[in-house]
Amino acid sequence: MTNSWTDIRNTDLVVIMGGNAAEAHPCGFKWVTEAKANRGAKLIVVDPRYTRSASVSDFYAPIRQGTDIAFLLGLINYCIQNDKIQWDYVKAFTNASYVVKEGFAYNDGLFTGYDEGKRDYDRSTWEYEIGPDGFAVVDESLQNPRCVWNLLKAHVATYTPEMVERICGTPKDKFLKVAEMISECSSPTKTMTSMYALGWTQHSKGSQNIRAMAMLQLLLGNIGVRGGGMNALRGHSNIQGLTDIGLMSNLIPGYLNIPVEREADFATYMSSRTFKPLRPNQTSYWQNYKKFFVSFQKVMWGDAATPQNDFAYQFLPKLDVPAYDVLRYFEMMHQGKVNGYFCQGFNPLLAFPNRQKITESLSRLKWLVTMDPLETETSRFWENHGEYNDVNPASIQTEVIQLPATCFAEDEGALVNSGRWLQWHWAGGSPPGEAKHDTWIMAQIHRRLRALYEKEGGAFPDPILNLTWNYRDPDEPSPEELAKEMNGYAVETLYDPADPTKVVTEKGKQVVNFSVLRDDGTTACACWIYSGCFNEAGNNMARRDNTDPDDTGAYPNWSFSWPLNRRILYNRASADLQGNPWDPSRKLIAWDGTKWSGYDVPDIAPNAKPDMVGPFIMNQEGVSRLFARGLMREGPFPVHYEPFEAPIANVVAPKIRGNPVARIFQSDVAQFATSEEFPYAATSYRLTEHFHYWTKHNRVNASLQPEFFVEISEQLAAEKGIAHGSWVRVWSKRGQVKAKAVVTKRIKPLICDGKPVHVVGIPLHWGFMGRARKGWGPNSLTPFVGDANIETPEYKAFLVNIEPTTAPATV
Amino acid sequence: MNMELSRRGFLKAAGVGVAGTTLGAFGFSELEAAQAAAVRPFKLTNTMETRNTCPYCSVACGIIMYSKGDLRKGETAEIVHIEGDADHPTNRGTLCPKGAALKDFVKAETRLKYPMIRKPGSDRFERVSWDQALDRIARLLKDDRDANFIATNQAGVPVNRWTTVGFLAASATTNETAWLTYKVVRSTGIVAFDNQARV
Repeated sequence: MTNSWTDIRNTDLVVIMGGNAAEAHPCGFKWVTEAKANRGAKLIVVDPRYTRSASVSDFYAPIRQGTDIAFLLGLINYCIQNDKIQWDYVKAFTNASYVVKEGFAYNDGLFTGYDEGKRDYDRSTWEYEIGPDGFAVVDESLQNPRCVWNLLKAHVATYTPEMVERICGTPKDKFLKVAEMISECSSPTKTMTSMYALGWTQHSKGSQNIRAMAMLQLLLGNIGVRGGGMNALRGHSNIQGLTDIGLMSNLIPGYLNIPVEREADFATYMSSRTFKPLRPNQTSYWQNYKKFFVSFQKVMWGDAATPQNDFAYQFLPKLDVPAYDVLRYFEMMHQGKVNGYFCQGFNPLLAFPNRQKITESLSRLKWLVTMDPLETETSRFWENHGEYNDVNPASIQTEVIQLPATCFAEDEGALVNSGRWLQWHWAGGSPPGEAKHDTWIMAQIHRRLRALYEKEGGAFPDPILNLTWNYRDPDEPSPEELAKEMNGYAVETLYDPADPTKVVTEKGKQVVNFSVLRDDGTTACACWIYSGCFNEAGNNMARRDNTDPDDTGAYPNWSFSWPLNRRILYNRASADLQGNPWDPSRKLIAWDGTKWSGYDVPDIAPNAKPDMVGPFIMNQEGVSRLFARGLMREGPFPVHYEPFEAPIANVVAPKIRGNPVARIFQSDVAQFATSEEFPYAATSYRLTEHFHYWTKHNRVNASLQPEFFVEISEQLAAEKGIAHGSWVRVWSKRGQVKAKAVVTKRIKPLICDGKPVHVVGIPLHWGFMGRARKGWGPNSLTPFVGDANIETPEYKAFLVNIEPTTAPATV
Repeated sequence: MNMELSRRGFLKAAGVGVAGTTLGAFGFSELEAAQAAAVRPFKLTNTMETRNTCPYCSVACGIIMYSKGDLRKGETAEIVHIEGDADHPTNRGTLCPKGAALKDFVKAETRLKYPMIRKPGSDRFERVSWDQALDRIARLLKDDRDANFIATNQAGVPVNRWTTVGFLAASATTNETAWLTYKVVRSTGIVAFDNQARV
């Protein structure tokens, strides 16, 4: 989230698209209710189903899953055509006026530079024209035909209300009503918030779904303001934290990168990370990259990271592929290239696409280690549960080691909520049996492996033997010690560069925040964006002052919000070029002639002049990007691409199947279905009574929603002879499930490109372990393909068939 | 919080008192004693309160856990009740159907209690000690890493990666667990490192 849950109270219009907050985030949805009740805010819901959120909306519009980009570009087109743009904001705070290189073009669904064989682009034309002064060329009059504004206007012109109806199945009058309501928020004193979740991310073009809405929000001037923003409703309690801390193949904490093979040495690695400003006077904050990177290396390897060895640069692995994400890795496992695998609090057998492939992959491992508070289907993937897990244990040679871990109630530490608040919590109960904290388990694995390397030697033991391990109890590092490493500390006494007699931080003390980090090895910090969370003032994540001056929704002294306790990202953009709030009733920060101050920590240097320094300080331009340059793999603007399994051909680019740059493994191609074989458009979702595959272990939740079902329309039920409550078989080209049919008015057939499209809804909470009745989930059916930029699987749009059947045999 | 506890306790005690007194006046004093004995004492009396947050979605509602026994004194603590934290700015005491049933997660019958090993081809888990499980894991890791670690690529550039073992991290563990996991995994050269945010 750019904003926070409690900030939603400040909005005028909530758009829930790509999510269902009332169902999946009920207590956060309360702030939508507050905005409606206290400000007269309106709620729009756009979804294939008439959801719980839709049931309390002011306006609902149906949409076919996987067509959000067409809808959103249609909204952008509407705003441009009807001059519903916050012009002062767009001219000053976006790259609308930037001139794009000669040679850039878009035709038939593809941008310049496409290589069909590689399924990739040469992105060299997707750049600004650079002037003789070394800066990007801009045309503030917006007359240049190659300026971003004119390119955008031409790009979205295809997406007329008629085209939106044809692709999305949204009736034109409903689309126009949504467009009209949204376009009103182009006023500087009206604000809209976007609340989205996995309904947008779980597509082969998920990143571009989100980008399309971000572009719309910029055109309306809604980023950086109270009640606005792009608000990802993250699904798990610390999925934000795990992302921030970079537990991914290619990440270092704080969104730094693991080197790739061509970055043979540290100098080469840094050469593409100088982040020189692209316009005069701009902040381009990533210019500090080296400070954050070196401080990370120091926290990892301490005295073994020296200027002489490039701060142990070679201790890090180098990647030969963009990332070993889970789809790539299960493909490798399937090919027999993986020997061992750890699952810490994760249930891939149910959570990953194409369950048959996952079962086969796990069966080819030599060993699997699971760490979890609960029994998971993954740790028992080898166990026969009749139809529900039809495997032969004798034929599965995988050794499985199942380790019992504690749950939240027995553990202490911080979780990062959707709004980037690091909230500390305390343990209140004793673990059952011999269950142990994950920190203890990880420490044991490290200590025992280290001891083997000390005793026996072996392959490149240096990064293991030199790993910083100076904890009071080496067998179980305490949460406080680990949090302090993330905040960072001074390795040597730090002096003020402007006045060398002045001490900034004494050796060994916690740094105040990331502003004092250095690139010479005198500071150590594990996760720079968290720096400030546990400094010499104490554990700021444990703060519990819930006062909220002037009721802005900021709660500045409650826990700690990254970065620097900032509650709304890009908050400089809430004020105009003179530094006055666009909307005085929604003031966040303001310029008093010499500095910025207000209700939030300014997202700009406190003395940065408002007419000189742009608000988007992480970008080299200082402005936001309507045109993404070469940073997105599909193109600098979003394009409507159909899901890999779609009920109709792509209307705007009929020859293109799916996302033209999404990675596809050869072994999966034969398993992508056509609408001739599998005519119905399926999607997956959560229910409010359940949390993924955990709550089926709970008596109460298993009673509230005991049994797997699928939802279909009355029309489809009539066509297929399916009675409400009867058993159906739903199958895709990858597998099948049996479920009770819920025949509902909440789903209605859509007319797309002249053809009726039936939607099948599949909730995801059942398996073969726990208290609830045994069942299946959507991932027995879903396709093994991910988003082109980040490889999130396409769970939300795929094709199935359905027929009446009989009850499964009970086991 | 304590205010509310005493109010609830007071009402219950008062109700019993009135009924008992009336009956007592008619000569049913034995009944009065029996009824008083049958009233369940308020279950949160003498419990420890601990602040936590709901582990499910990322609204991260504040909760208060009530336990018998005090962990901070080194005692065994059993959680007997969990409710919303009225002081929390986001949820203001409310919980959804998942958060309201959190105690059932803590006390689920399918909570894991002991390390287990399932041998190749077997149809069951067998209990082992932590030492057995962890020594086995360390040995499996060491042998595979030594056999399959890639120190340099064909051009002789150090790449120091290990691709034959992978680690899938969680989405509900603390930052502190995440960071320690990061340290341990990254130091080995494992590149197949991912977490639930991917999906």
